[in-house]
Amino acid sequence: MASLTPRWRMQQAARPVADAFIAPNDRLTASERLEIYNRQYWFRIIDSFYDDYPGLRAVIGDRRFSRLARAYLARCPSASFTMRNLGSRLESFLRREPRWTAPWQKAALDMARLEWAHIVAFDEGGKPGLDIDELLGAKPSRVRLALQPYITLLEVSYPVDDWLLAVKKKDDGLRAEASNAVALRHSRAGHIDVRRAKPRPHYIVVHRMGCLVYYKSLEREPFEILRALQRGANLEEACAVTLRNRRRTAEETSRLLQRWFEDWASYGWFCRP
Amino acid sequence: MPANRFNGFTNYGIGIGLRVPHYQHILTRKPVVDWFEIISENFMVGAGRPLHVLDQILEQYRVVQHGVSMYFGSADRLNREHLRRLKTLVKRTRTPWLSDHLCWGSVDGRYTHDLLPMPYTFAAAKVTAEKIRAVRDYVEVPIAVENVSSYAEFHASEMTEWEFLTEVTERADCGILLDVNNIYVSSKNHNFNPYDYLNNVPHHRVAQIHIAGHSKFKKYILDTHDHPVLDPVWKMYAHAISLVGPTATLLEWDASIPSFDEVHHEALKARKFLHSLATAPVPA
Repeated sequence: MASLTPRWRMQQAARPVADAFIAPNDRLTASERLEIYNRQYWFRIIDSFYDDYPGLRAVIGDRRFSRLARAYLARCPSASFTMRNLGSRLESFLRREPRWTAPWQKAALDMARLEWAHIVAFDEGGKPGLDIDELLGAKPSRVRLALQPYITLLEVSYPVDDWLLAVKKKDDGLRAEASNAVALRHSRAGHIDVRRAKPRPHYIVVHRMGCLVYYKSLEREPFEILRALQRGANLEEACAVTLRNRRRTAEETSRLLQRWFEDWASYGWFCRP
Repeated sequence: MPANRFNGFTNYGIGIGLRVPHYQHILTRKPVVDWFEIISENFMVGAGRPLHVLDQILEQYRVVQHGVSMYFGSADRLNREHLRRLKTLVKRTRTPWLSDHLCWGSVDGRYTHDLLPMPYTFAAAKVTAEKIRAVRDYVEVPIAVENVSSYAEFHASEMTEWEFLTEVTERADCGILLDVNNIYVSSKNHNFNPYDYLNNVPHHRVAQIHIAGHSKFKKYILDTHDHPVLDPVWKMYAHAISLVGPTATLLEWDASIPSFDEVHHEALKARKFLHSLATAPVPA
């Protein structure tokens, strides 16, 4: 902790403010007393951020991640009663300020999106699942399906799902909970060599079954159907994407659609809009 | 005094904090524990594993909710969404009382996720007590406020911390979660006698007691919850029990968490103080 002090010490400008409000004691000046809280604040939120983004850390490396964490948390301080939501604005921050993850901007953004999707899938509320049989006989142009609120559809350029699973195997960090003091405890995540990966489209559904979070890879076609449904298209509009494929017969397409929808319904992905 | 209106007339004994590293042990071994304290915010979620685990715990154990972000002392208005989620959880756990800290920690909608000390003024006491009443009326369970450990004091303070705690709890007509370790930590950081604190809080309002470990640095003590309880804190605990009676007691261990058995063993050391009181003659 002491080794971090110079970097974290409050600026000179804050000292008169501390003196005006805080009483010194026989061992510490007002600003030194305030600095205990200053350090604890940063340790606490950076610690939480580290725990939430082991994959991003592995993509850009510890040093870049540390700089990113401080910049992001200074620019986007917590606006929620729970630290679970610390990363809720990270995607937009990285789109606005990609320099923090250079030269791995794209892979970093992909990973940040996946890790936030994981947090959402972990504990976001769900709605009652929809029994797909209820829709039998309904006109596709009049059927609208919603996806569960805990589901995120991700179109990414790197296999970040595989990377994150590999990183999590190595990361056995534990989260401190209720003390108002925290120790700096950052386990070193695995390193991902982005240079060896060729970017190509990957389609991932981040969802939950039981209490476990899953990353399900899809082909582009079924992914686009789900994305269209999530955006509010009716069933007919959503499935129109399959008409582009001229290598299949209508019967084959019909069987494929049936299988996809049966699978997705069995995962509990659908609910009423 | 053990069972009073501030702890829902319960007599819960010795509990420990429910922490993630112990989930597996608790759910598979089902150890005998008087009760568990949960951090409310960890379970104020829509669904998923946290609530799944909590439901399993609730099938076997008594649970009391302890919050870390209500910030009764913040100038911000109460967060309605926070309250709604809290009440949903209260209905799920059927907690007999609800505790949170006498502190502030948010300003203009920004959260520090820390338990910041307040200026001990009459104006602050009034505003804080009003908030406590509002929360209690909304969640419909008794509330106990916990004294925090602190590293700073304000020029503006008009009274001691224990006088402030008394002022707030009398105005709000609420309970006290007396954190003995926090009193010790603050007494060292602010040069006061911790026994003055213990002797002068309204004992009849104490709903629960916290004990924990702390870390000593050269110029101050930090409330780290990462050690066993130290001897001076046990002595203070014994004194507190002699003043307030055998009260629901909880050991907090939140960082560098050892095995479940080690944490439970440490908590159960409180038994000897509770038992010695039970066998002691009643003062005239």
